[in-house]
Amino acid sequence: MSQLTQADLLAKFPFLTARASLDYVAVNTPADKLVELARTLRDELGFDVLTDLAGMDWDKAAPRFSVVYHFYGSTSKQFLRVNCAAPDDTAPSVPSLTGLYPSADWHEREAYDLMGIRFEGHPDLRRILMWDSYPFHPLRKEFPLAGIDTPVPSADLIEATGIHAAPAPMAGGPFVSSCGTTLASGEPRALDQSWNESKPKA
Amino acid sequence: MSNNAAAASEIAYDSKIEGEIIVTRADAVVNWLRANSVWPMPMGLACCAIELMAAGGSRFDIARFGMEVMRFSPRQSDCMIVAGTVTYKMAEVVRRIYDQMAEPKWVVAMGACASSGGMYRSYATLQGVDRIVPVDVYISGCPPRPEALLDGMLLLQEKIHSERNSVRDTFKGRHRIIDTKVVG
Repeated sequence: MSQLTQADLLAKFPFLTARASLDYVAVNTPADKLVELARTLRDELGFDVLTDLAGMDWDKAAPRFSVVYHFYGSTSKQFLRVNCAAPDDTAPSVPSLTGLYPSADWHEREAYDLMGIRFEGHPDLRRILMWDSYPFHPLRKEFPLAGIDTPVPSADLIEATGIHAAPAPMAGGPFVSSCGTTLASGEPRALDQSWNESKPKA
Repeated sequence: MSNNAAAASEIAYDSKIEGEIIVTRADAVVNWLRANSVWPMPMGLACCAIELMAAGGSRFDIARFGMEVMRFSPRQSDCMIVAGTVTYKMAEVVRRIYDQMAEPKWVVAMGACASSGGMYRSYATLQGVDRIVPVDVYISGCPPRPEALLDGMLLLQEKIHSERNSVRDTFKGRHRIIDTKVVG
């Protein structure tokens, strides 16, 4: 089967815009056309697998949230990347693809759990990783890595131990490497480790 | 090993002197029995569980120490080996399984994650299983090799040998003082 090009897609769907990509064909779609696009991709163009979808938080940019889909044609052996920006920055939402691709189910739940992007039409949009009563969406840019003090979900555990989900001690971290510098200054060992949870930063 | 040796000498038996009677302390007998038939509850939550499985296999052979009977029912196990990362969502389950285990019971925190949260300094991870259950032995490593687990389990055996009033406290239901405090 011949490979689909970006120009083919842009000619077939007037609402699409081109998206820069170093590997696969990539396009941007408005949220209200997503289901229509996905149905045509699946039924007419042979993209029968939705391999993955990922929520994105672009921080200060507008629109802030988007969802990136990776479709795959099992006959054409071709991947296709579709970016769908959520129109609303405060209550982001895009249509669900669970009606077309069952594999979207858990991926959409994960994006909802960690990013707070709602998928309209999802049959069971619950959290999948964090517990149901967790009040935050921890992969959003404004959420601190250490976490925010929250009650744990179990009443009997709280009663027995008094535990709560406290912010994790960073102990001079997070110990991640930064790029664009020398090894000596970019590696975790160059970080200020003079402070930790019991000794605050001077 | 000194405790092991002491316990062994306490129950040493010379038939020419003592006939068919063995005189010893109840603690020595009970602790000896307990230490040599620890039935672990494999609380395998991450990659440490793979090393735990290796320790149960023929190469490392935890059966040499009487601990090969891994029980997946908390009702039948003595020692919970927490092998892996405990999330806040899983903490409830770990504590409930611990509560369901019959006295006497011990807990081994295997690896960095179970001991302190390890590399997971994050919003989702319990920063050490000692915040929800009383831990007897901590084993370092990420993950610890099976030899390290065996070393920790031998330490636990020593600890069991050193316990006092084992029988009385067990039957009065106060074998251990469960005191977990939340830090931070």
